[in-house]
Amino acid sequence: MKKRGLNKVDLIFEKVDLREVLTVAYNMPQAEIIQKVLDSGLKGRGGAGFPTGLKWKYTAAEKDPDKYIVCNADEGEPGTFKDREILDRVAYKVYGGMVIAGKAVGAKTGIVYLRGEYKFLLPQLLAELDEFHRLIKEIGFDFSISYRMGSGAYICGEESALFESIEGFRGEPRNKPPYPTVSGVFGKPTSINNVETLVTALMVIKHGPESYSQLGTKDSRGSKVFSISGDTPTPGIFELELGMTVQAFVNEFGDGDTKAVQVGGASGFCVPRKRFEDTIIGFEGVPTGGSMKLFNSSRSMYNVLHNYLDFFAEESCGQCTPCRVGCQQLLKGVQKVKKGEVKSTYLTELIKLADTMKVASKCGLGQSVGNAFKTIVENFREEIIY
Amino acid sequence: MINLSINNQKISVEEGTTILDAARKLNINIPTLCNHPDLCVAGNCRVCVVEQTGARTLIAACAMPVAEGMDIHTNTLKVRNARKHIVELLLSEHRSDCTKCYRNQNCELQSLANEFAFGDTIFLDLVEDHPYVIDRSSPSFIKDDSKCIRCQRCVRTCTELQHISAIAVANKGMHQKISSFHDKPMSHVVCTNCGQCVNRCPTGALVEKTYIDQVWDAIYDPGKHVIVQTAPAVRVALGEDLGYDPGERVTGKMVTALRQLGFDSVLDTDFSADLTIMEEGTEFLTRLKKVLVDGDKNTALPMFTSCSPGWIKFIEHKYPELLNNLSTCKSPQQMFGALAKTYYAQKKNLDPSTIVSVSIMPCTAKKYEADRPEMRSSGYKDIDYVLTTRELVIMVKQAGIDFRNLEPSGFDSVMGESTGAAVIFGATGGVMEAALRTAYEIVTGREVPFKNLNITPVRGMEGIKEASIKIEDCVDDWKFLEGAELKVAIAHGLTNANKLMRLVRSGEASYHFIEIMACPGGCLGGGGQPIPTNAEVRKRRMNAIYSEDEHMEFRKSHDNPDVIAIYEEFLGQPNSERAHELLHTHYTEREAY
Ligand SMILES: Cc1cc2nc3c(=O)[nH]c(=O)nc-3n(C[C@H](O)[C@H](O)[C@H](O)COP(=O)(O)O)c2cc1C
Ligand code: SF4
Ligand code: SF4
Ligand code: SF4
Ligand code: SF4
Ligand code: FES
Repeated sequence: MKKRGLNKVDLIFEKVDLREVLTVAYNMPQAEIIQKVLDSGLKGRGGAGFPTGLKWKYTAAEKDPDKYIVCNADEGEPGTFKDREILDRVAYKVYGGMVIAGKAVGAKTGIVYLRGEYKFLLPQLLAELDEFHRLIKEIGFDFSISYRMGSGAYICGEESALFESIEGFRGEPRNKPPYPTVSGVFGKPTSINNVETLVTALMVIKHGPESYSQLGTKDSRGSKVFSISGDTPTPGIFELELGMTVQAFVNEFGDGDTKAVQVGGASGFCVPRKRFEDTIIGFEGVPTGGSMKLFNSSRSMYNVLHNYLDFFAEESCGQCTPCRVGCQQLLKGVQKVKKGEVKSTYLTELIKLADTMKVASKCGLGQSVGNAFKTIVENFREEIIY
Repeated sequence: MINLSINNQKISVEEGTTILDAARKLNINIPTLCNHPDLCVAGNCRVCVVEQTGARTLIAACAMPVAEGMDIHTNTLKVRNARKHIVELLLSEHRSDCTKCYRNQNCELQSLANEFAFGDTIFLDLVEDHPYVIDRSSPSFIKDDSKCIRCQRCVRTCTELQHISAIAVANKGMHQKISSFHDKPMSHVVCTNCGQCVNRCPTGALVEKTYIDQVWDAIYDPGKHVIVQTAPAVRVALGEDLGYDPGERVTGKMVTALRQLGFDSVLDTDFSADLTIMEEGTEFLTRLKKVLVDGDKNTALPMFTSCSPGWIKFIEHKYPELLNNLSTCKSPQQMFGALAKTYYAQKKNLDPSTIVSVSIMPCTAKKYEADRPEMRSSGYKDIDYVLTTRELVIMVKQAGIDFRNLEPSGFDSVMGESTGAAVIFGATGGVMEAALRTAYEIVTGREVPFKNLNITPVRGMEGIKEASIKIEDCVDDWKFLEGAELKVAIAHGLTNANKLMRLVRSGEASYHFIEIMACPGGCLGGGGQPIPTNAEVRKRRMNAIYSEDEHMEFRKSHDNPDVIAIYEEFLGQPNSERAHELLHTHYTEREAY
């Protein structure tokens, strides 16, 4: 596979004439919108990476006339702060993506589920929303958007827990199937998309799928916004073409002493220096919802792991056994190994446990706790033990 | 139909069937914990995971509908390892003191541990990290969080079946727990003490508060005269925990066993159930007269039955504005209690202070009811101790009684006679049927116009039942009812009761008389009945109840000789002043949370 260098892009924050794009979309048949998004190869930017065009196609196929577009702006993944920036700078493009999605699937209602901690943005977001509603009315769309606030639980970013939360229930993930495209919020067919996914979809309609899919690789088309933090001289938000190696990334953002990069936040993977060259950032390598955290040699990977496990032990919704109890066991287990209260071979049991959590947990949270755990324990075993 | 394969066996099942149910059709057993046939699917314990060829993760058999061409394996190494881990994880959070535990040997977690987690413990003990509390505040049950596996069966029960949500899930992650409103003690929230959650809890986290030791102490106290009454639903379920199939009646053996346990007199709640019909039936007819003839605005219709203490607490919390619609009759248990320390004492020449009155009930709410301050009409605590069907089983076992080989025997007198009308109190619709058998006859002088007195429209397991009965050719006193159509409704399970109450409150319902039982199926599905209780078991117990009715010498409450005698000797007329003093009560408005 061809390894790429690093290529900065400016799509997400690019200023667009919304009236122009939406007028084009307004006059475009439903099926054509969906086809364009399918052709672009766009995969969801919220973490799971499901093809956006397919999601729209499934939702469009549902008979129920009452459908929803939900914008997932819960942004809870540790180290991710790109949706905040997008909403702060180009909320009108998020709304634009929603109305296009609404047109594509046949939905008249949009809901933005906003992370509780982003409440300070709400006044400006609502002002922009008013303007947006006026604009689409003029163009002729029958669509309206409202806001729902999260209240600080990471799990409410998981789509079905998010629906429960919107409906006024405790944010616990549901059993799937049925999937959201069949039965989402209020039991209605729902397309739930990440903030960035919606903006990207808008840009696909503006620039066309051919031009968009020139960016990136076969498995990871396009570009995405990264939230870069940790031991870097240049923390912040950067939009980069997908498909670069971790090495290319570290060359640009590292401080010269990078020993590991955590790709994808607490639920993502830890890439150690020896794997920088052969690891691609994208769905063929390590996928990411945007969080990139760099660690230099002054950092204790035990502390890093402890921090993540502590997070999961608190933020698991607690309903299913592998995740609720598994997180506590992993946390307590590494603590005891560190203190020498159990043998270091206990780590092998814990790795097996992490595997069970991956296959037996009810939702993506429990299923991905093992990612960070295994990649840190396997690559930095001595730091965990001594 | 959907075709799939489970453990290489082909099967074709209806769309929407879960993998769990499909496997059961093939007699393939998949272990479960959070799953309960009365409740919606939770899919949270993950014990039921199975492997689907080609799938990235294991799947929860209870929550996954079948799909065409699925290739499922329920017993692969991957599955076994995951299940073992899951059970070990549950145990690591669990205070496993089985030998001291009330659910020892009847515990779903324990069974799974036997199967998957024997030998060395894999994981660290987490019990010390949790500030588990034991709530003993309810007179009916104990909630011990250290035994809780967070399956949420109790929460689903309280919400789906009972529409109360006295308990709910609180907090997240490691702090997640089953909690009450603001963490208040169970005695201070909307809980009705129905015990439906207790009956569905797979572990010892929710158990009835037991009074077995107090009862033994009384039995062995030579200065005490200990009497026992047994509710109609007990005799059709007791056998289940003593080696019989669900639905076998063990009335005679139960009486003998109680005698062998040392009770001085073995009596029947059925007697006071018949008395309830006399009192409640009369009250109902009087209300009809007041409303229809006297135009009395202060008399409320429809009248609601009042023999289910879980229902009483429910309405006190949720519909206090309808309390006037409740019959003022006490439950049969409490009527019995009030008479035990008055009429019975008098007849037997006993000092009431030496009488200890015990009742065996299918119900945990009756424990609460016995503790209500109103329930002291005799001048003493009318009922001293309430034991559930399950507690009676424990006593039988403790005493080493060979239940199967007992000679059946009959109840003692006085207050031991009963009729079929009283027996059917144990099933939903039974009180209504019994009341109609008597009231119709009072009004028309004829038996109810149903074959064999079986008023089938009010029977069965439908959540809400309706019936109407036309009243013709009345006797002189009741001429004002001539041609009237009497409309009745019946609900069981408080979710159904709530639906009916909404209709009553909004004025949409035009019933005259409504029977409500707090528990699904009526008392036969009570919270104190053997575990498991489910739709199939309830059906069998119900059939047993109606067959017991058919076998009775007397089928109508007003024919009960003990009832006739007590009115002649002691109470005078139904609804007399003395009857009111002893057999009727009043209700208290309570907070909605
Ligand atoms: C624990 C958990 C947290 C999640 N949090 C978010 C989030 O904050 N934002 C988000 O867009 N997706 C989040 N997701 C993914 C969503 O479930 C869902 O896949 C996504 O919103 C779909 O949008 P996309 O297809 O555009 O990515 C989370 C998933 C899990 C399992
Ligand atoms: S995996 Fe974790 S977050 Fe997901 S349902 Fe289970 S306990 Fe909740
Ligand atoms: S709940 Fe079950 S496993 Fe737990 S102590 Fe009691 S019997 Fe044992
Ligand atoms: S006893 Fe009944 S009302 Fe109380 S918590 Fe249990 S199910 Fe709910
Ligand atoms: S109390 Fe019992 S039924 Fe409720 S969650 Fe705990 S173990 Fe399950
Ligand atoms: S029985 Fe299936 S998840 Fe609990």
